[in-house]
Amino acid sequence: MIVSSGEVLSHRRYGEHYHGITVVAPEIGERVRPGQFVNVLCGRGRAHILRRPFSVHRVHRRGGWAPTIEIVFDVRGPGTAYLAGLRGHESLDMLGPAGRGFALPQRRAHCLLVGGGIGAAPLFFLADELRAAGHRVDFVLGARSADLLLNPIDVRRLASVYRITTEDGSQGTTGRVTDVLEEVIDHCGTEVVYACGPHPMLEAVAAVCGARRLPVQVAVEELMACGWGVCLSCVMPVRTGRGRDAEVSLLRSCTEGPVFNGARVVWDGDAGALPPEQSELAPAGSARRHGGYGGADDEHAPPGN
Amino acid sequence: MSTRPRATDGIDLSTTLDGLTLRTPVLAASGTFGAGREAAQFVDLHRIGGIIVKSMTLRPWRGRPTPRMYETPSGMLNAIGIQNKGVDHFIAEDLPWLLRKKATVVASIAGNTVQEFIKIADKLRTGGRGLAAVEINISCPNLEDRDNMFSHSPTATAEVVSGVKRALPKLPVFAKLSPNVTSLTDIAGAALEAGADGLSLINTVFGMAIDVEARRPALAATTGGLSGPAIRPIAVRAVHEVHRAFPHAPIIGQGGITDAHGAIEMLLAGASAVAVGTANFFNPRATIEIAAGIEDYMRRHGVGSVADLVGALKEG
Ligand SMILES: Cc1cc2nc3c(=O)[nH]c(=O)nc-3n(C[C@H](O)[C@H](O)[C@H](O)COP(=O)(O)OP(=O)(O)OC[C@H]3O[C@@H](n4cnc5c(N)ncnc54)[C@H](O)[C@@H]3O)c2cc1C
Ligand SMILES: Cc1cc2nc3c(=O)[nH]c(=O)nc-3n(C[C@H](O)[C@H](O)[C@H](O)COP(=O)(O)O)c2cc1C
Ligand code: FES
Repeated sequence: MIVSSGEVLSHRRYGEHYHGITVVAPEIGERVRPGQFVNVLCGRGRAHILRRPFSVHRVHRRGGWAPTIEIVFDVRGPGTAYLAGLRGHESLDMLGPAGRGFALPQRRAHCLLVGGGIGAAPLFFLADELRAAGHRVDFVLGARSADLLLNPIDVRRLASVYRITTEDGSQGTTGRVTDVLEEVIDHCGTEVVYACGPHPMLEAVAAVCGARRLPVQVAVEELMACGWGVCLSCVMPVRTGRGRDAEVSLLRSCTEGPVFNGARVVWDGDAGALPPEQSELAPAGSARRHGGYGGADDEHAPPGN
Repeated sequence: MSTRPRATDGIDLSTTLDGLTLRTPVLAASGTFGAGREAAQFVDLHRIGGIIVKSMTLRPWRGRPTPRMYETPSGMLNAIGIQNKGVDHFIAEDLPWLLRKKATVVASIAGNTVQEFIKIADKLRTGGRGLAAVEINISCPNLEDRDNMFSHSPTATAEVVSGVKRALPKLPVFAKLSPNVTSLTDIAGAALEAGADGLSLINTVFGMAIDVEARRPALAATTGGLSGPAIRPIAVRAVHEVHRAFPHAPIIGQGGITDAHGAIEMLLAGASAVAVGTANFFNPRATIEIAAGIEDYMRRHGVGSVADLVGALKEG
């Protein structure tokens, strides 16, 4: 991982909601793998000091400025508002490539990519790499409504078979990605699933894959303060080890993720899965109530630090 | 930009805090630099004044549930809850690695009872060869006193400090104080009287933020510790106040330092060294860059040694 300042090559829009920024970033562009991300400094102002994490959406390894990397985002708060105002020739300070990306299949496989909303961002880079390695790529892209689908035109280009779902029925099948998942898996003879999007979606995808014993890799989004492994804000409870060594470990999404084996993530922070001395401290559902993940609740730990 | 203390132009960046001599006056603060492994991608660890590792407890702690952090104006709240792998892991894995990298290592210790602090100190006495110092993180709930923080009581502070000091008579011991108290000088006095060789000022400031859409606390733990530039004036004031009350006590100033300006403020207020925390998150090279900035300042002001800056505030 390095700190790199890159020049913005272009800023484009994807539909009404999404922005794409392409940056000249040779050191990061050469090394980055699908599923990895960059921690972006959103201005030099003093009010918002933390970097924001963004998946690498595309890497362009050909062309005069290559390699360039592209990030896509929607405006949510001050950081993304700053990025939305960036134009060509301005510079962008990035820390990356960060995290562990998707593992590509060892042998030729039918791969299904499942993305919800802006969460689909890293799947385009993944699709490029999978196709370059000779794998078949199918795609399920979903969003609340048609305007929130990320780049459906490229999905059509990249996928052998694709399905689009919107919750309001404004495009494709009415419903969620998980409503069509089993059908698509059967139709495509899917052998491995890659998913990225909101955590409830990932949990549902992991459940479908679990029932069919299909390998599934998920890219999670946790709040990150550092993005390089030292603050421990971004932990996810993940089952590690086997047999006697089996335990629920709190892994850092920024360095040990953001891609995890979907079958091993403890989505509900189930206290029962914890070692006995911990389960006393972690009343079932306590973390859920806060909309977060359990697996951690040292009630005598200080609220800070 | 020069990033290395150069003897040739007569500027000496080293600083001495009683028994502890540091290459530069800029350390990495506990909980913001892990145990150096990740940071080694960005900086040469031996060039940093010192690394105060993440607080360690007697046994591993899993910490608090997520969300554990929330950005606030010019700062952030955290409620990590000292997730760490325990003192045995530090002794077996982290310390030898750091020493191989020639880093100056300060162990930060935390616990819920006086006995826990002492047991960690005992383990460090036998297994902690090569340590430069110990920092006691007393911003922890005291199970034997209705979960009140040790750092909020002069008696509890003194008990922890004297217990740790007895177990580690040869190592410089710094008590890291919390700003969330009525009289910081009372606590500082208690720590020094109990044998602390120096003080670290300050730990995070209690805070809270609310997600108004969801009408929930932004942190799973409800409250958390505020850090970053937002707390710097509080930290500078704390260092100044304690330095005036105890001019001979070495102080590691911390809280909101992001640049040389903030670090020099701390030195002038009376700190002999500073620790950089939250700034590492967005700038992993902050410790090195700030030391270079201090050197530039010293050159501009014709100051040859860090000691000449410590407490050199003009008042009245
Ligand atoms: C690994 C990873 C990859 C991501 N990739 C993308 C992407 O490709 N496109 C995209 O639009 N968004 C992505 N996000 C989410 C993105 O980081 C947030 O949208 C962004 O930080 C919002 O910043 P803000 O200042 O506009 O909003 P605010 O909500 O005001 O942000 C305030 C703070 O919260 C943090 N934060 C807010 N939302 C998130 C979130 N979902 N995940 C992590 N931190 C968050 C910010 O980093 C910042 O510290 C990703 C998040 C992670 C963890
Ligand atoms: C995420 C995070 C974790 C921290 N963990 C610890 C810790 O384990 N022990 C400790 O003594 N201080 C801890 N601190 C406090 C810092 O060491 C430092 O004293 C404080 O953040 C103020 O400095 P800053 O504003 O430069 O960050 C932590 C701070 C943050 C932001
Ligand atoms: S964001 Fe800091 S450890 Fe992952």
